[in-house]
Amino acid sequence: MLRYALLRLLGAIPTLLLVIVLAFFMVHAAPGGPFDDERVLPPETAAALAEAYNLDEPLHRQFFNYVSGLARGDLGPSYRYRDYTVGELIGNAFPVSLKLGAMAMLLATVAGIAAGSFAAIRRNTVVDRVVMTLAMTGISIPVFVVAPVLVLLFAVKLQWLPAGWSGNDSVARFVLPVIALALPQIAYIARLTRASMIDVLASDFIRTARAQGLGASAIVRYHALKPALLPVLSYMGPAIAAILTGSVVVEEIFGIPGLGQFFVRGALNRDYTLVLGIVVFYATLVVLLNLVVDVLYGVIDPRVRRR
Amino acid sequence: MRALTDILQRLRRSRAVIISGGILVTIAVVAIIGPLLSPHDHLQTDFDNLLQRPTASDAHFFGTDDLGRDSFVRTLLGVQVTMLVAIVASVVSLLIGVTYGAIAGFVGGRTDAVMMRFVDTLYALPFIFFVILLMVAFERNFLLIFVAIGAINWLDMARIVRGQTLSLREREFVDAARLSGASSARILFKHITPNLIGVVIVYVTLTIPQAILVESFLSFLGLGIQEPQTSLGALVDAGVNQMEGASWMLLIPAVLLAVILLCFNFLGDAMRDVFDARSSR
Repeated sequence: MLRYALLRLLGAIPTLLLVIVLAFFMVHAAPGGPFDDERVLPPETAAALAEAYNLDEPLHRQFFNYVSGLARGDLGPSYRYRDYTVGELIGNAFPVSLKLGAMAMLLATVAGIAAGSFAAIRRNTVVDRVVMTLAMTGISIPVFVVAPVLVLLFAVKLQWLPAGWSGNDSVARFVLPVIALALPQIAYIARLTRASMIDVLASDFIRTARAQGLGASAIVRYHALKPALLPVLSYMGPAIAAILTGSVVVEEIFGIPGLGQFFVRGALNRDYTLVLGIVVFYATLVVLLNLVVDVLYGVIDPRVRRR
Repeated sequence: MRALTDILQRLRRSRAVIISGGILVTIAVVAIIGPLLSPHDHLQTDFDNLLQRPTASDAHFFGTDDLGRDSFVRTLLGVQVTMLVAIVASVVSLLIGVTYGAIAGFVGGRTDAVMMRFVDTLYALPFIFFVILLMVAFERNFLLIFVAIGAINWLDMARIVRGQTLSLREREFVDAARLSGASSARILFKHITPNLIGVVIVYVTLTIPQAILVESFLSFLGLGIQEPQTSLGALVDAGVNQMEGASWMLLIPAVLLAVILLCFNFLGDAMRDVFDARSSR
């Protein structure tokens, strides 16, 4: 098992390198420098700025500097937030995003699995069709449509929940962002669970359990659920990536001071180092979480380890 | 070609295909004709009629926005842009995906293993962030958006096409072609590629909503289509800023975008069912 985990970890290294190389050269291939504004800088100032941020060195040196900085956990200075390093900005903003993402992920997994199993057990009934149509709708409607419509309905019209983030510390401010973030994932997970649950329920060992006189709910709980959840587990990686992407939008709409908001601000302000740093951070996070999912998969399904 | 007509015939029998296809065609036709018939154009501002409610009396069917521009024309132009981006991006992803997948599947062996390992690696990346990076680094022009969106959606296509090619390669008609002296390139393009049309059509239908999603996501964040051009994502963004006083500015593009995405997803799903029914025979 340990060998399997270590092998997967080694496999993640080239992926991470690819991320860094792609992201770094994409940013540095950009026409125009990071300090190009409407206001034209005097040449001496521009040269001094370039020197201060080591932009006057050849590209391969800059890349080497960046990677060796990364190895020490240093993501460089931000070009726009002059008093902060990118690392500090990420460190300040990430906890909020993490909280939001974790809550959304939890909600999506629990609700998705419940809805999917429910639909599978009542396959081809009205309930099943309703759940599946809702799921298709959930998949199709993007987060940036769901979120504002939820705000319009529950915050502006009904005034049940706060629309914004700042100015209140209650848990209520988490409700709408978490729901908006989780809805598409609930839909995906429900569809996945239903499909695999139907497969599992048709297999021989379930027939045996049924022949032994086990009740329907016991069959699902003790026999069908675990194998049926394997495809859901392997969807966790993409789900995490989707929640990260979604949180960019959700943080923007609700005014949550998380990493996603910094990312969008950085992108609109052309804060190259900040955007580069966040992309590298996000990508590392996704790759590592995928790794965790892979290893978990190996724990649950021993057949995978032998491959 | 016989395979193609067979698929089309089956599609015509599916209710989901007829309904969602019908809605999409209607939206597309209205989006193309509507702006031509409206007395307003998308740039003309009217400061006496800011944020006007939708009315039929002066042809502001969707009201006006915060600059007094006619939302009906702007929304329909947004639909045009969204659909155009989706189609071009899907063609880009189709070209990359089919070429990559067909080569990997046809050559096989080590080349195939390496090529597919690369696809696996890319699968693990949060691509959307790279597209944003690209948008930050370069001037935001139409072409770049098309290519960037197409370039991130080819992975599924490559996998599917590779799998299909791998099985086609072993079929008798390929042996027959090889025996009669056809070159590898000829076999690949003349004999294998035409047999891929079915899968490719299904997966393009499923790629289109993904491309729409990416484009509207970028435009929503202000990183995609730029003013005075517009797209559904940009219109939703504008609607969010006005939603307390003028909720229709949010609801109209939001519902339209949702309906378009829903129809494409239903269409793709139905087509996959049709195709699976064919291949499982």
